[in-house]
Amino acid sequence: MRLSVIFHSFGYLTQAAGVTIALSLAGIALGFVFGTLACVARFSGKPWLERLGGAYVSVFRGVPLLVLLLFVYYFLATVGLDVPALVAAIGGLSLSSGAYQAEILRGALNAVPRGQAEAATALGYTAFDCWRRILLPQALRISIPPLINEFILLIKASSLVSVVGIAEITRVSMNIASMTYRPLEAYLAGGLFYLAINLSLAGLGGLAERCAAGGAR
Amino acid sequence: MNWDILIRYAPALVGGFGVTIFCWLMGSAVGLAIGFAVALAAAVPSRALKAVLRVYVEVLRGTPFLMQLFILYSGGPAIGLRLSATTAGIVGLGLYSSAYYSEIFRAGFAAVPRGQIEAAMSVGMAPIDILARVRLPIALVAAAPPIINTLIVMSKETVVLSIITVPELMYQMQTMAAETFTAFDAIFAMAVFYWCLVEVVSRLGRRVEERATAFLASR
Repeated sequence: MRLSVIFHSFGYLTQAAGVTIALSLAGIALGFVFGTLACVARFSGKPWLERLGGAYVSVFRGVPLLVLLLFVYYFLATVGLDVPALVAAIGGLSLSSGAYQAEILRGALNAVPRGQAEAATALGYTAFDCWRRILLPQALRISIPPLINEFILLIKASSLVSVVGIAEITRVSMNIASMTYRPLEAYLAGGLFYLAINLSLAGLGGLAERCAAGGAR
Repeated sequence: MNWDILIRYAPALVGGFGVTIFCWLMGSAVGLAIGFAVALAAAVPSRALKAVLRVYVEVLRGTPFLMQLFILYSGGPAIGLRLSATTAGIVGLGLYSSAYYSEIFRAGFAAVPRGQIEAAMSVGMAPIDILARVRLPIALVAAAPPIINTLIVMSKETVVLSIITVPELMYQMQTMAAETFTAFDAIFAMAVFYWCLVEVVSRLGRRVEERATAFLASR
């Protein structure tokens, strides 16, 4: 065990942690858009839309993320799109996360009392306004804790992006391991960074939960 | 899709599928055993032990599976731990999933109504009997759905083992892709395959869940 390797790698890993967080943020934000669309589609009452939303969730939850990432990576190349690996990575992460977020939102929507949507309809709200002003705000408040949990999962999942060559924590740890011939120290240092990020996120989650509970009163 | 290539590589792919299933089952068995032991140990009234187990669970749940595999497989030899890729994969999968299983078992034990345990004590059952005949059956039924869910999640995690060169399905498929320049076909086939696998396992899981619920309701 040589601790100096861990100390020396801190500078590189801090930068890499920024990449990991940025990737995951992009993934969760885009995934939220996909998830909301899929969820609204599943509640729309139109059979073909419902089936489409269901298929999206089933497929992207069923395919392992590593397979999905490589699929997006090779698919873009096959159709002749020469995009940077970063785009493929964010695409894969957000498509996968979107499917999980659709399920989170579905659970939250089921927890919103049915009377709310009926009251909105009775007051003459359009479907769009009902979603925007009545259903989604209430569902979102309920889904904050699971969404933060999903963000933690996404931070961990983003380690797989290293296979398409993006310099996030895992990739940088691999590079440090091969530069110093000290894999144990290098990977332990990388693991510490993930742990620090995720523990602070979990703390933030507890805080957000309390704030959201306060707002509901 | 090039069927000739797929047929030529069929033996390797079938072998890879076998390794995938083997790693999944072995890893899950290890994970369930450790997870159960951790959940039981967490009930011991000792602050120090509780803190150690908390750290164990938080560390394993707070770091990516891939990172844990690297530490075990690449970092292990530095402290004299030399594992083959497959062994490291199984141990890694077991340790990683044990953190999730221990939480599931803990919640399962917490779901046992207090009155049941008190009733068992009042009729003079020994602590071991209370565990085996009262707490365990109720806890296991409550834990069945999340266990099945975690089993499905872990079946997808086995794909990550290909990165540390465990010769499972993904690894064989990538070898095929690299040797025959059929990357897109291979990945597409993998995606379809895993989707089918997960669909089948979750349908089966839903039936087990219905049975478990019916069993619980009949009591």
